[in-house]
Amino acid sequence: MTSSPTAGPRVGLFATCLMNLFRPNVGFSAVKLLEDAGCSVEVPASQTCCGQPGYNSGDYDAARALARQVIEAFEHFDYVVGPSGSCMATIRHDYPVLFADDPQWLPRAEALSRKSFELLSFLADVRGAAATVDARYAGTATYHDSCSGLRGLGIKGQPRALLGEVDGLKVKEMEDAEVCCGFGGTFCVKYPEISEKMVDDKVRNILATGADTLLGGDLGCLMNIAGRLKRIHAPVKVFHTAEVLAGFADGAGLADAPKESR
Amino acid sequence: MQIRSDEFRERSVFAIHDANLQTALGRARYGFVGKRAQQVADLPEFEQLREEAKNLKNHVLDNLDHYLARYEQAVVASGGRVHWARDAAEAREIILGICKRVDAKTVTKGKSMVSEEIDLNEALIDNGMEVVETDLGEYIIQLAHEPPSHIIAPAVHKTRDQVSDLFEAAHGGPRKTAVPDLVDEARRVLRDKYFRADVGITGGNFLVAETGSSIIVTNEGNGDLTQTLAKVHIVTSGIERVVPTLDDATLFLRLLARSATGQETETYTTISTGPRRADDLDGPEEYHVVLVDNGRSKMLAGRFRDMLRCIRCGACMNHCPVYGAVGGHAYGWVYPGPMGSVLTPLIKGLDAAYDLPNACTLNGRCQSVCPVKIPLPELLRELRHLQHQQNITPVMQKRALGVWRWVATRPKLYHALEQIAARALSGIARRGRIRRLPLAGGWTDSRDLPAPTGRTFLELWQGKRGQQ
Repeated sequence: MTSSPTAGPRVGLFATCLMNLFRPNVGFSAVKLLEDAGCSVEVPASQTCCGQPGYNSGDYDAARALARQVIEAFEHFDYVVGPSGSCMATIRHDYPVLFADDPQWLPRAEALSRKSFELLSFLADVRGAAATVDARYAGTATYHDSCSGLRGLGIKGQPRALLGEVDGLKVKEMEDAEVCCGFGGTFCVKYPEISEKMVDDKVRNILATGADTLLGGDLGCLMNIAGRLKRIHAPVKVFHTAEVLAGFADGAGLADAPKESR
Repeated sequence: MQIRSDEFRERSVFAIHDANLQTALGRARYGFVGKRAQQVADLPEFEQLREEAKNLKNHVLDNLDHYLARYEQAVVASGGRVHWARDAAEAREIILGICKRVDAKTVTKGKSMVSEEIDLNEALIDNGMEVVETDLGEYIIQLAHEPPSHIIAPAVHKTRDQVSDLFEAAHGGPRKTAVPDLVDEARRVLRDKYFRADVGITGGNFLVAETGSSIIVTNEGNGDLTQTLAKVHIVTSGIERVVPTLDDATLFLRLLARSATGQETETYTTISTGPRRADDLDGPEEYHVVLVDNGRSKMLAGRFRDMLRCIRCGACMNHCPVYGAVGGHAYGWVYPGPMGSVLTPLIKGLDAAYDLPNACTLNGRCQSVCPVKIPLPELLRELRHLQHQQNITPVMQKRALGVWRWVATRPKLYHALEQIAARALSGIARRGRIRRLPLAGGWTDSRDLPAPTGRTFLELWQGKRGQQ
């Protein structure tokens, strides 16, 4: 399960639950971008979830059980990279907190934390990958800053800088791009009315830009926003940023009808 | 006030459909957020001030006994008295005792969230006193018989039209509609109350250990009239509001106005030290400070100590998208928004406010604007952890988590189930989406579910790379 060997670093791809189930194209986009940036990519089959649902629900034991599994699956790589600010913030920030009182696991959690990155910030900050972006996208996109990536990992300029390299793409900023879309993991189904109000505010800001495409770095947020956009029949395509950067956004967007020829 | 945080769900849904409330919230939210952002942009050292304020507060909390003792000494030296209240009931008793002793008939009040926390108004009114809120927002909601919905803008949920109606009903016509006319009307009514007041009660934004002073900030000057014109001035404050020196207080004053209302400074910053002295032109004859614990020393001892840094600016709620959607009343007690979602369970009990720590997306915007850098999302998650440990979390949710853990720690099974789900969901999808899904109404009532494409990534990857 290894990609073609290169001299570059060995990257373990963290295949997030939502990506694995709902949007494999994001995974293949990530692999392409990482390989173009000189990395060799592996996808350990022993991974499942980062444990965040347990952690955010207050079940710290469950979160630790999942964290140990992730540590074991990934600690032999040079880097762990995933196409989600949310999952990667869990690994980077929360694992060391979860094992703060565990002398056996804390050093391993800290070591993994140091080499774990969200995909786009890894490409921009660690690999300086702007030069290797080679994609075209005809359209105007607006970008939603997902909260975990933005505030947890400081991801703001990196995706925009990378998107600046895409031929034909125009990026138009929306009002309140940094305000939560109302997803929030289980929040969106526990408090659906509040979540709907929040995503409606987000959708209004997206539509006000006149952009034909919404981009973002976290599938949770994107599925939430896409789901609402489609429910109100708004003709906005939704892609993960990685899909556009990899040149893999020629198919159907999230929640759009599959195109005949792929 | 009776806690109603267990009705959060119903009240939040009601709030979302209240058109007046939504109009009021929308206007207020953008006003505060925009003005704060401008102030922060204009003050290059703002981030450094936040760090200093956090460190100073931590220092005070580490030495709280020392600073409180020094503060009391200084208050006594200036001729005032400090009263210690363990809980809300004791605080009410102390204040009632003072009011009764001076045979108070009219009590004026500046804005004080601690007085809301201890249910003071009701106690005074039950004892035959006239209680007059003098902060315009507090006055409005007193007329409406409602609790505040925001800690610095208590009537933020009211539209101007609603205020016109309230004033017309309370003061008699003619009905005013312009804001300056409404303010003039309130001022005229309140002016007379100040002069008749026997006791004036204010909060205390900061207590200065060095000088024994209490500091309040207002935009209306109502606090000054309340505390200067009455015979007795009572300050109600939490024990955590002490700062070492006047100099230190200025650090917090710089942060408070900018964070709260987006002003460089509030219109009035008033420092009170003791009662009227022989050569003073005016001032109260007695000066009392009621220091309220009400759960705070328990917070000090535990993992929620960071919460005691709070200076009650309201920036967290101004920037909270959940507060912005539902307003303050949905939270069901005195303190709304992120800070209230931490404080309410800690003061009133974890099981009295199950929803508050959970009704949050952990988006972190509150923490990013907090002038004393309280890690609010972490504290909310920590409260969820306590709920989980103490079995306050609903049984079904705990069971679901247990199942999830069991499956997710078995990668082969987990992937097999994901493969089944990918096929099943794509099978029932139409045009790339699922409009309705049994047991997933929380999602599909308001959103389509983007459909999987039929195969999971891991499956496709293994197929692809396995061939090489």
